[in-house]
Amino acid sequence: MAFTDRLYLTALKKVTVRAAAHTSLDKGPARTPPAQDAMGGPVMIYTPASALTSPGIMFRDLFVDMRKAFDLAWRLARRDITAQYRQSYLGYLWAFIMPLANTVVWIMLNSTGVVRITDTSIPYPAYVFTGTMMWQMLVEAVQSPLQQVTAAKNFLTKLRFPREALIIAGMLKQTFNLMIKLVILVPAVMLLGVKPDWHIFLAPVAMLLIVITGVSLGLLISPVGMLYNDVGRVVPLLAQFIMYLTPVVFAMPQGGVMSTIFQWNPATPLILTGRAWLTGSGTPMLGPFMIVAACALLLLLIGTMLYRLALPILIERLST
Amino acid sequence: MSGEAALIRVNGLSKKFCTDLRTSLKYGVRDLGTELMGRGRSPELRPKEFWALDDVSFELRRGECLGLLGRNGAGKTTLLKMLNGLMKPDKGRIELHGRVGALIALGAGFNPVLTGRENVFVNAAVLGIPRQEVLRRFDEIVAFAELEDFIDMPVQNYSSGMTVRLGFSVAAVLMEPDILFLDEVLAVGDIGFAMKCLNRVREMMANSAVIFVSHSMPMVNAFCTRALVMQRGRVKLDTTEMGLAMDMYISSFKVEERVTGNGGAQLSDVHLWIDGAPVDERDPVVDQGHEGVVELTVKIDAGERASLIVYVDDVALGQVLGVIAKDAQGRRIELEAGTHRLRVRLGKLEMNMGNYSLLIQVKSLVTSQSLCRVQGISPFRVRSNNIMWSRVVREQVTDLLPSPQGS
Repeated sequence: MAFTDRLYLTALKKVTVRAAAHTSLDKGPARTPPAQDAMGGPVMIYTPASALTSPGIMFRDLFVDMRKAFDLAWRLARRDITAQYRQSYLGYLWAFIMPLANTVVWIMLNSTGVVRITDTSIPYPAYVFTGTMMWQMLVEAVQSPLQQVTAAKNFLTKLRFPREALIIAGMLKQTFNLMIKLVILVPAVMLLGVKPDWHIFLAPVAMLLIVITGVSLGLLISPVGMLYNDVGRVVPLLAQFIMYLTPVVFAMPQGGVMSTIFQWNPATPLILTGRAWLTGSGTPMLGPFMIVAACALLLLLIGTMLYRLALPILIERLST
Repeated sequence: MSGEAALIRVNGLSKKFCTDLRTSLKYGVRDLGTELMGRGRSPELRPKEFWALDDVSFELRRGECLGLLGRNGAGKTTLLKMLNGLMKPDKGRIELHGRVGALIALGAGFNPVLTGRENVFVNAAVLGIPRQEVLRRFDEIVAFAELEDFIDMPVQNYSSGMTVRLGFSVAAVLMEPDILFLDEVLAVGDIGFAMKCLNRVREMMANSAVIFVSHSMPMVNAFCTRALVMQRGRVKLDTTEMGLAMDMYISSFKVEERVTGNGGAQLSDVHLWIDGAPVDERDPVVDQGHEGVVELTVKIDAGERASLIVYVDDVALGQVLGVIAKDAQGRRIELEAGTHRLRVRLGKLEMNMGNYSLLIQVKSLVTSQSLCRVQGISPFRVRSNNIMWSRVVREQVTDLLPSPQGS
């Protein structure tokens, strides 16, 4: 081996001297560079420093990426939605089958007296149906960022593109599902004996906020979730548990520890207000609802920054 | 500044990797913490870490094509990923001027259920190309992929060749990068399409600074103007002399002896002689252009008759020279059953500098089956003062003719 190295070294000396004359001869004149100057084009600099040390550049890059991201997100969302329904016989019906099944279970539990739920201001089936549907929306939104990133893993680790697009695409898909759900939800609750009023036009706002809250939470857990798949498993488990602490299938308890927990549960105003708007029952918990809304938007911003900072680090742990 | 300025500037670039998954994940969480605290990376190695890329520096200008050579795990893909902004450096700095394009992960974002047409738009969006541009050049993409008849068919019904052709076409037609990264995907599809790919890539290269990772020496030779030979994350050689780089890369592989055939013949005592003297088998160096002879013993089983061919293989096990054993009358030697001692003249060993070995094939004249095929036997290295790209090197007397009259 030592001999080999020596051989290369001696050869190398000769080569460097001749190199200049050599290249143009061997590769032909086709390679002469154009007069065009690339210096006016975009410049990228990568260093080990944390992006947080230069927030100005970080926000400028975020803004530039966001604009590009929307275009891509729209494409990705369309792709997923089209593919999902093209490959399914029941198609859009799947959006209702789950909440419908859930409703049937709870109606049975309630009517057979296994669980007795009292004091719902609207007919119980409508209460459960709207509740589970919105809850499902929230849980899906929480899972969406991690799911989106995992699905794109194969090219996420190989190509550079505005990765925010994956999150936005997730939100677009959620919004699309939301619209379909509304189309069924409204006639369904009317059929169940509820008379909606003008508040129903506010219902989409509440639902959009549910999606935003979910996605923000999802963004916060996705960095660690990408490294450890325990996170992805815990989410549905935790969601199941928290559902019983939220007025989804139960009415708000009157008094006691449970009442306090329900009151302080940030999901409560989302579900309660959403349902009330949908079913024409006024606007309960408007204050908490606004607070949760503000927090959700702030969380979305933090989550986005976290996601952005985390991805290059995560990609190096995921790749190969 | 002028077009002469470097489009890619890499300075002291280093990257550490971890040998153990659990520790790696733990470090991942920790790095995330440091990043969020606004602190930079620690330049020290932590337990179970190693430098996957160690102090790499180079500059690249428009029109240059840099080949990254090295064995698996030498750091080529890591370097490419860092240049592409997929990972952060642990040390050093990367500066890129101009639009960056990559022919990597062809067909990213394809959904098998959707049609080729729909997937073109998705893939182009992933590559960051605006929709209007795709609409404008859609026919061109389809024509390039030669998929006019299948563009409205779901991609899952495409053959793998068709899928990758479509993926290549989207990127190759739409991208006009100043900086181009290529990872082994220069040519896809059947031979006809591969040729088209190569031509298109050459067009793209003319206007950009290119970094190319490949294990295919003919491709590297055809496209690159410069090479980095990498070994364990370090740059072992940075040269514009492609022959030298390729040879250095190739000689990092050891040839193994491998015997196949149906066992109807056995070879033994194979020795290489140069200019009448045996080659030292501990350090088998042969000077270029000298006469080589192989002596060998072959035993043919009863009931067989056989012919014998000796090949000289290069390190990639490509046959450089084939010698058919003939007798003095020019007839192919037919070996009867029994043991024979042969001396096969290889002639002048005019191969380019590099590592070589012998492949000896004994073939039955009765059944046409291979009786014995020994590959990678008596490896040797050709030493030369000439550094050439060709496989065969010859020094020839050249006559200077009187210069032509007239114009």
